[in-house]
Amino acid sequence: MSETTTEIIKSNVPPQADNMMMENGVPTIVSNGVGLPAVNVMSGNEQLHTISILVENQPGVLARVSHVFARRGFNIESLAVSRTEDPTVSRMTVVVAGDDEAFTQMGKQLLKLIDVIKVIDHTRDDLVGRELALIKVKADAAARNEIMQIASVFRANLVDISEDTLMVEMTGKTDKVDAIQRMLEKFEILELVRTGLIVLVRGPKQT
Amino acid sequence: MDGAEALLESLKREGVDVLFGISGGAILPIYDALGKQEDIWSILTRHEQGAGHMAEGYARATGRVGVCMGTSGPGATNLVTAITDAFMDSTPIVVITGQVATPNIGKDAFQECDTFGITMPVVKHNYLVRRSSDIPRIVKEAFYLARTGRPGPVLIDIPKDISAGPLDQFLYPETVNLRGYNPNLPAATEQIKAAAKLIAEARQPVLYVGNGINAAGAADELLKLAEKIDAPVTTTLLGRGGFPAGHQLSLDMLGMHGTAYANWAVHEADLLIALGARFDDRVTGDPKAFAPNAKVIHVDIDSAELGKIRFAQVPILGDVKSVINQLTEVVAPKKHTQWLERIDEWKKAAPLTYENTGTGKLKPQQVIAELNKATDGEAIVTTDVGQHQMWAAQYYNPKRTRSFITSGGLGTMGYGYPAAIGAKVGCIDREVWCITGDGSFQMNLQELATGVLYDIPVKIALLNNSSLGMVRQWQKMFYERRWSGIDLSRCPDFAKLAEAYSATGVTITEADEVADAIREAQKNPGTVLLNFMTDAEEDVFPMIPGGKTVHDMVLDSSNKAVPIPGSNGNGLDGATATATASTYTSEWTDDINAGKKKI
Repeated sequence: MSETTTEIIKSNVPPQADNMMMENGVPTIVSNGVGLPAVNVMSGNEQLHTISILVENQPGVLARVSHVFARRGFNIESLAVSRTEDPTVSRMTVVVAGDDEAFTQMGKQLLKLIDVIKVIDHTRDDLVGRELALIKVKADAAARNEIMQIASVFRANLVDISEDTLMVEMTGKTDKVDAIQRMLEKFEILELVRTGLIVLVRGPKQT
Repeated sequence: MDGAEALLESLKREGVDVLFGISGGAILPIYDALGKQEDIWSILTRHEQGAGHMAEGYARATGRVGVCMGTSGPGATNLVTAITDAFMDSTPIVVITGQVATPNIGKDAFQECDTFGITMPVVKHNYLVRRSSDIPRIVKEAFYLARTGRPGPVLIDIPKDISAGPLDQFLYPETVNLRGYNPNLPAATEQIKAAAKLIAEARQPVLYVGNGINAAGAADELLKLAEKIDAPVTTTLLGRGGFPAGHQLSLDMLGMHGTAYANWAVHEADLLIALGARFDDRVTGDPKAFAPNAKVIHVDIDSAELGKIRFAQVPILGDVKSVINQLTEVVAPKKHTQWLERIDEWKKAAPLTYENTGTGKLKPQQVIAELNKATDGEAIVTTDVGQHQMWAAQYYNPKRTRSFITSGGLGTMGYGYPAAIGAKVGCIDREVWCITGDGSFQMNLQELATGVLYDIPVKIALLNNSSLGMVRQWQKMFYERRWSGIDLSRCPDFAKLAEAYSATGVTITEADEVADAIREAQKNPGTVLLNFMTDAEEDVFPMIPGGKTVHDMVLDSSNKAVPIPGSNGNGLDGATATATASTYTSEWTDDINAGKKKI
């Protein structure tokens, strides 16, 4: 059967190639736009990379993607998955640590997955990045006031109160969330959950 | 129409006329449908692994997609080795497995396993079918994925209620809609120009050719390019047959058990043109010391291969056939008289050789050399894995593409005979030989029943050294002859075994019986097993020990590393010496030379 005439790839999302950055004629992970580097230098060549992975909204996709990270020895720092404006497409926002070379190889391996539509490295993008945290703090009547003050400084919301506890809802960049967490530690954090980082690129450029 | 009938109709639309597999509970609806039709020949194997390798052999010999089947649970897990093998060697197969009925999935039902999850890391893509009406689309996608881009295995797991479930109407899609998959990127013209420039500048180029040549059907194109730029060609194990052996530009195989002249040429090369090859560790040894003086042009259809092991000055993403055509068009004809003269000297200095006394113990190399003579290199040869595989690669000189079929990446013992059956089914008018060993053959010998029952006449040359020879060789060379886990001396009588399966079996013990035995086997219309009792002390040479360099290459059982004739170790007649080559020392050979290591 002929592959050229009958099997034209139809797509309502631009195919990989259109948005793929070519380096020396080789497609690499999409990475354009200059802005504040979203990189924290760790040790040696290890960096934190924030990437977006647009995938088919299908069962098993998360397993396929996470397997690529696991096999290449990348530890996932955070992972957030949700549907996008197109219900057939999900967006994964992943923060991983690893050196650049291994990261490039991993990106190519991700692109090989049939269900992966796009991989975008945000290392050099100008981003809005946010995390949501819910923090349940031990709070008796005496402590309540100070916690409320801290929450107010961070523009966090108080979303639940009981005789002994307060729940704080904090939205912000990762370091802001880290900061309020540190401030609340002395009151004893009873439970905590964070969504992991989600990002969008600033301006009209598509993430 | 039910799901199973829709599946078979879809397979027919993809041009499938044969499949290999075993029935079972969860796949009963599909076998029921298979029994009711005559367009697809369903070959019942004796083990699902055999079915998988048959599909692989069929695919490798024909270039079409091979199809195999198994039921849920053990049927599926038995297929996993073949699927992984196909994944490693980029062989296009579609695997169909039965699954327990949808309501039972995840409840530890009888013969249930998570086939989708188990196979996920070893397939190009896989599907768990959830609606009968999805079957036509999924089959269309599966075949498209298996054969395009970098080929590979695609698995379709079909629950019993889905294959038995009704379809309102059968609509076979005209097109596939896979927005995350775009295999047809044309090579960038700037890259072709850059490559042509490097080729024009090169004084000592080598074409390093892998499985991509055979997979892309680019053997003729390669020959044109090689002759136009007058560059010698070395092939990987899987690239054998991609360039005519015996051609004056042929360097034969490179790597761990490659020819000395191929490895020397690669080491001294100033330009390495890698075509559909992936710098496997069995080729490179220590990748840092591999081709240390060479710039690299790397052509591959899989972008993840470019730069994975070796930095390429000019990486080219694209179908190797069209890239070769583009290159051949833009390069100017060249002559490398001096370079080729030097290589000819190497070929004379260190040809492939073995001690051929003509009497006494039967040398395994002689068997393959005789086979090469008897078939004139025109047969399809499959191999298993081990010493016999390396001797086959060295002494069998395939003249045609898709004619040397072996398990390279995964190194699956038990691959050879079922692969030969698959190849014969796909190329019924060609002579098919399986070169195997006593260890490998026993891993799938049950398929003799399949070969005989369906009258698929494959000839088997079994090199019987009553041991796991390659492991024995490593124990001899690197483990001070501490034999462990290699003794197969209580093998069955393979000739009698063949007879038990109603095939013909002959045992050959004398060197002067070899040629006649092969001729007799060729005349025999049925399955023939030739059991050659070979010298167990014979080892595979040349050899570059794992992770080492060309400087550690030993040519014979003296285990002495030999210097490259006429080289100052710097390549290019010392013109562009690099530190890598000259400063590299080898503890391994130093130890041997100093007599510290008992060999």
